Amino acid sequence: MKGKVDPMSARAVGIAGTPWRGKLREYDLFKELTVGVSVMVVLTVILALVLGSPDEPSVTLKSWANAQTADFAATATAELGGTSETAQYGPPYTNTKGATQTIGALDLQSLSGVQLPVNTANAFVLDPLATLPNQPTEIATWRAATKAEQAKWTDTYATALSKAPKSAPLNVKSGNYGPVPALIGDLTAMAQSGALDGVIQAQGNAYNLNYTNEILFLGDGQYFQNLAADQHLTGDQWGMMNETGGTPGQSWLWLFSFFYQIPPFSTAPNADLLVVGVMLILTLLLALVPFIPWLRRIPKWIPVHRLVWKDYYRKR
Amino acid sequence: MTQDERLDREPDVHTWTGRARVWMLKKLPPDKLLPEDQPSYVASWIYVFGMGAIGSLLIVIASGVILSLNGPNWYHISALGHFVNSLHLWSVELMFLTMVVHLWGKFWMASWRGGRALTWITGVGSFAVSIVAAFTGYLLQTNFDSQWIAFEGKDALNASGIGAWFNVSNLGQMFMWHVTLLPLAVGAIVVLHVVLVRMRGVVPPIDAAATDSQLTGVPATATEPTEAKVN
Repeated sequence: MKGKVDPMSARAVGIAGTPWRGKLREYDLFKELTVGVSVMVVLTVILALVLGSPDEPSVTLKSWANAQTADFAATATAELGGTSETAQYGPPYTNTKGATQTIGALDLQSLSGVQLPVNTANAFVLDPLATLPNQPTEIATWRAATKAEQAKWTDTYATALSKAPKSAPLNVKSGNYGPVPALIGDLTAMAQSGALDGVIQAQGNAYNLNYTNEILFLGDGQYFQNLAADQHLTGDQWGMMNETGGTPGQSWLWLFSFFYQIPPFSTAPNADLLVVGVMLILTLLLALVPFIPWLRRIPKWIPVHRLVWKDYYRKR
Repeated sequence: MTQDERLDREPDVHTWTGRARVWMLKKLPPDKLLPEDQPSYVASWIYVFGMGAIGSLLIVIASGVILSLNGPNWYHISALGHFVNSLHLWSVELMFLTMVVHLWGKFWMASWRGGRALTWITGVGSFAVSIVAAFTGYLLQTNFDSQWIAFEGKDALNASGIGAWFNVSNLGQMFMWHVTLLPLAVGAIVVLHVVLVRMRGVVPPIDAAATDSQLTGVPATATEPTEAKVN
C-alpha cells in the first residue's frame, strides 16, 4: 500500500534500519579473525597432507599418435580435408556459415568475428610437414589440386581408413587417394617422434604461451575424449564439476552442469548459449533478491531464521 | 554532542582531503570499524562462516603468491611445490564451502533488510567473481585436467562471443587473469563487502520488536518496526 514499506525489503526502517540500542555482548574482531584464520590453516594443511592434489600428466600429440595411431591418422585426415569439428566450428576460429549458436536473432558468436583464425589443413598438417628437413613432395601435389580433388581424396581415404582392419593406415587398401596417405603417414611419423608438438606449439616463435591449436587438434580426436570419459570429465558425466582422480573439482558449478543434463538444454544445438543465458539471469536474480518481493519474503515464509536466532527468540 | 555533530563543526575543512576524511569518519567511525561489542543477537554458529571464508581467502592468496613466484611448472617437479599446490586447492575448496554456507545463511536471515542491499549484492558479486577466478586457476594446472577444461570450456565462452578475449587455451592470457585481474577484483569486492558490514552493522532478527526484552528501554520512536502491510 502507498506509504508502507515491506519489512523484508532493503528499505525497511525500524529496528533493522537504525543502530542497535538493545543489549550488547562482548566481541573481539581481531581475536575472531585470528581464530578463524588459524582454524582454516589447520584444516587446509590436514586436507593437503592427507588428500594432496591430482596432477594427471598432460596429453601430447606424441602420446596420442603412439597410443592410438589409427585415431590420430583419421583425425589428421579430417583436419586436412576440412571436415573436423574445428574446421567447421565457426567463430572465433572459422567463418563456417550456420555453425554459430543463436537465440533468435541474437548471434554473439558471429558478432565477435573470426578473431583466432584456424585453417586446419595448413595449421595442423601442411605447415608442420613443410618444416621437415626433407619436405614431402606431396605437399606441392596437394596445393596444386582443386578443392574438389582434395575433398575427393580425403573423403575416399577417410572411408577406406575406417574400413581397414583396426583402422590402421598400413591396412588401407590401395586406391585413388592422391597425396593423402603420404601426407598423413609423414605427419603420423612426425607426431610419433614428438616433433609435431613442438612445431604446432611454437608456430614460428621462440616464445608461445598459446595452446589453442594443440588443444583443438587433440579435441578433434577420440583419444582425448575417451581419456576424459575414463576420468568422468565429459559434459554428460557432470564433468564440469569433476576433477581427475577422486579429488573434488569445481562442485560450485553444479547448477551450471545440471542444466546440461536436462531437456531442452541437453538436446539443444545452442545449449551453451542457453545455459549461459539462464545462469546469468539466475545470478542476477540472486543479486537482486532484496528488490524482488516474492523472493525476499521466502525467509519469512520458511522460518529457518528461527534456528539462527533461537537464543534471541527464546529470550524475547 | 554526537560525533557527526562534532565532525560537522570541524574547522577549516575545505580541501578535498579534509572533506573526504570527515565523510569517511561519519560513515565508518573507528568504533564501528573495529568494534569491541556486538548486539546480543549476534550469537550463532552461522556467523563463523563469513570469517571462515575470509580466512580461507587469505590462505588462497598466500599459497597463490608462492606458486606464482615459482611459476606454473614448479609443482610438477617439486614435492614442496606439490604441497603448496595442495594447500592452494584445499583452501579454495574450503573458501567455497564456507562462502556458500555464509550466503545461504544470510539469505534465510534476509540480511539485506535495513539498507543492506549493497552488502548483499557485493556478497553475491564476490561469489560470482570467485567462481571465474577458480575456473582460471584450474586452467593453470598445466596438466590433463587443464587441457580438458580448456577444450570443454571454450564452447560456452565462444557461444557468448567472448572466447577470443577470454581464450581458455591461451595460458599467458589465463595466467594474467588468474594472478592479477581476478584476485584484484575478488579482493576489492570482499573489502567493500566487509566495510559495508561494518558500516551497516549485523542485521537484527526478523520480526525483532521494540517490546523484546533485549531492547527494553529503547526509545520507541527510534526502533519501532514498521508494521507495514506488504505492498
